[in-house]
Amino acid sequence: MSTLSLKQLRKQFGDVTAVHEINLEVGDGEFLCILGPSGCGKSTALRMIAGFEEPTSGDILIDGQSVVTMAANHRPTAMVFQKYTLWPHMKVYDNIAFGLKLRGLARTEIDRKVNEALELVGLPDYGKRMPNQLSGGEQQRIALARALVLEPKILLLDEPFSNLDALLRVRLREELRRIQRRVKITAIFVTHDQEEALSLADRIAVMSKGRVEQLDVPSRIYDQPATLFVADFIGVMNLIPAQQNGATIDLGALRLESPTRVNGTVTVAIRPEDIAIVGESDVDAWGGEVEQIIDLGHYRKLLVKVPSVGTLKVYAPKALDLRENQLIGLNPSRFTIFRDGAAPIEVKREAVAPLEMSVAV
Amino acid sequence: MTTLTLSMRDRLKRYAAREGFGLFALIFLIIFIVLPILTVLLWGFAIRWRFPAVIPTEWGFDFWQETLSRADLRRAFPNSIVLSISVTLLSMVICLPASYAFARMNFRGKQFFLLSFLFTNAFPRLGLYVAIAIIFFRLGLVGTFAGVVIVQLLNTLLLMIWIPTAAFQGVERSLEEAALDVGASRLRVFMQITLPLVFPAVFAAVLLTFVNTFYETYGALLIGAPNVLTIPVIMFPLINNQPIPQYGAILSLVLFAPSVVLLLFANRLLRGGYLTAGFGV
Repeated sequence: MSTLSLKQLRKQFGDVTAVHEINLEVGDGEFLCILGPSGCGKSTALRMIAGFEEPTSGDILIDGQSVVTMAANHRPTAMVFQKYTLWPHMKVYDNIAFGLKLRGLARTEIDRKVNEALELVGLPDYGKRMPNQLSGGEQQRIALARALVLEPKILLLDEPFSNLDALLRVRLREELRRIQRRVKITAIFVTHDQEEALSLADRIAVMSKGRVEQLDVPSRIYDQPATLFVADFIGVMNLIPAQQNGATIDLGALRLESPTRVNGTVTVAIRPEDIAIVGESDVDAWGGEVEQIIDLGHYRKLLVKVPSVGTLKVYAPKALDLRENQLIGLNPSRFTIFRDGAAPIEVKREAVAPLEMSVAV
Repeated sequence: MTTLTLSMRDRLKRYAAREGFGLFALIFLIIFIVLPILTVLLWGFAIRWRFPAVIPTEWGFDFWQETLSRADLRRAFPNSIVLSISVTLLSMVICLPASYAFARMNFRGKQFFLLSFLFTNAFPRLGLYVAIAIIFFRLGLVGTFAGVVIVQLLNTLLLMIWIPTAAFQGVERSLEEAALDVGASRLRVFMQITLPLVFPAVFAAVLLTFVNTFYETYGALLIGAPNVLTIPVIMFPLINNQPIPQYGAILSLVLFAPSVVLLLFANRLLRGGYLTAGFGV
């Protein structure tokens, strides 16, 4: 039960700035994901919190107390690593008990705590096994037990599931969330997997090139991306370069209205689900040709080539009868305008009737 | 029927081709390893063994008594043991921290220093020793225990730095960081995580260093003689100047003993699972 705050935290490796001044407040019991592509500085940030990297400048506070001068072995944090996490020459029991023994706890107390931790991660009878007898998922659960058994103030997780197969990853993710809620621990989870971040986090910090691009709850990260990077990185997005003249952007057959008057280059971002499929002859629509249909189980993704706009990604219900090379109309109902040096502007257009399933085009 | 026989012959040929190498290897082993060792063993217990006889015609321990009662050998044996242990321990003290530094730290000239150990080993040994002997003579180290220790120590550097360096490099950093993370001090991390993980490789390096030092001849001969004599140094003139092969054979068997004991010890450890515990990840 603790809070964490990063103040102007910065890390420089030689000429390379891995982390620019980061400011972050993590609340008590909060689950925060740091999400970003590889090399964005997210692991470096985490390793500074753990004490494995020394910040070039800035401060790290846990419960309001600066820990920046504290060595890693004295910090009230515990980390779950990406791989090679368990000590291969020790039994599972001894792996978990290692930190407790260092604290000079009584044997019976250690016994109780280790068994509790094993119980918590759902592997109660695994104490006597050697790490190489465990599967990858089991190893990561034990690593989690080893971190939690010390009752740290902050739990740090550095892409703990990225070496596991997809199905197991989803299961462990759910289990981690359940355990985190149960022990009510403040957790920082670093990942490059946006699905993982969106499904786990209370809040997400999206990082790029050493900077936090956006810090927000998952739904807002998806619905209202603060920067072009976030718009592109999270989910599927159509990004269309365009010219704005005054309050209008002429894009193909459509004239999009903007609430602000400005002249210059902008990027129009539209989510596939915000594009309605209408009849080819609809006046208020882009006319396009279906280039490719990708079946994704419960829905289909279309790639539609629209002259002087580009190829747009659109979702279509399965019931809609479509084939490749067919001509259709596309009507955007919501889009966001990104312009360098300005806040993004979200624009909603009046709803239009989508293409009826029975319409013969 | 014809095709069948052909394929049978074909198979036989392939079998011979495959097993032929094994057979060749076996004969090679027998001629160059088993036969010499067997001959030495037989000579050790032979009193009379003249040309046409396949095995000795007279057996006995007479030469053992004669060899082992030699005063120079009795003095040389403890010399050899103490020297080998001192050199091995000293080598561990110097090389293990050095190899940890080579594995874990980045400093200028790291690759050069690592390779430099190879250079000294690639240089003709005897020439190197002669040069060292000249320097040692000026320093008054010739004929001293310390002189022999230093010269034999130089010999151990390559093995005792290269093998442990590779072993330390093989220990994932996250394993050490995880221990640091749960509150272990740097020293404890090294003692309880890093060292157990590199133990098999380091143990092998120490074992080889001890055995190599025990058998080392030229350095001990050029620097140690005539005051500090080791068994191999005594063996040298004994085998060269005497027409009696029993001396050489018996000394070989005597020298063989410590390494056999060590190897058996290592084997026991290995089967006990202690050595292999560090391997599984």
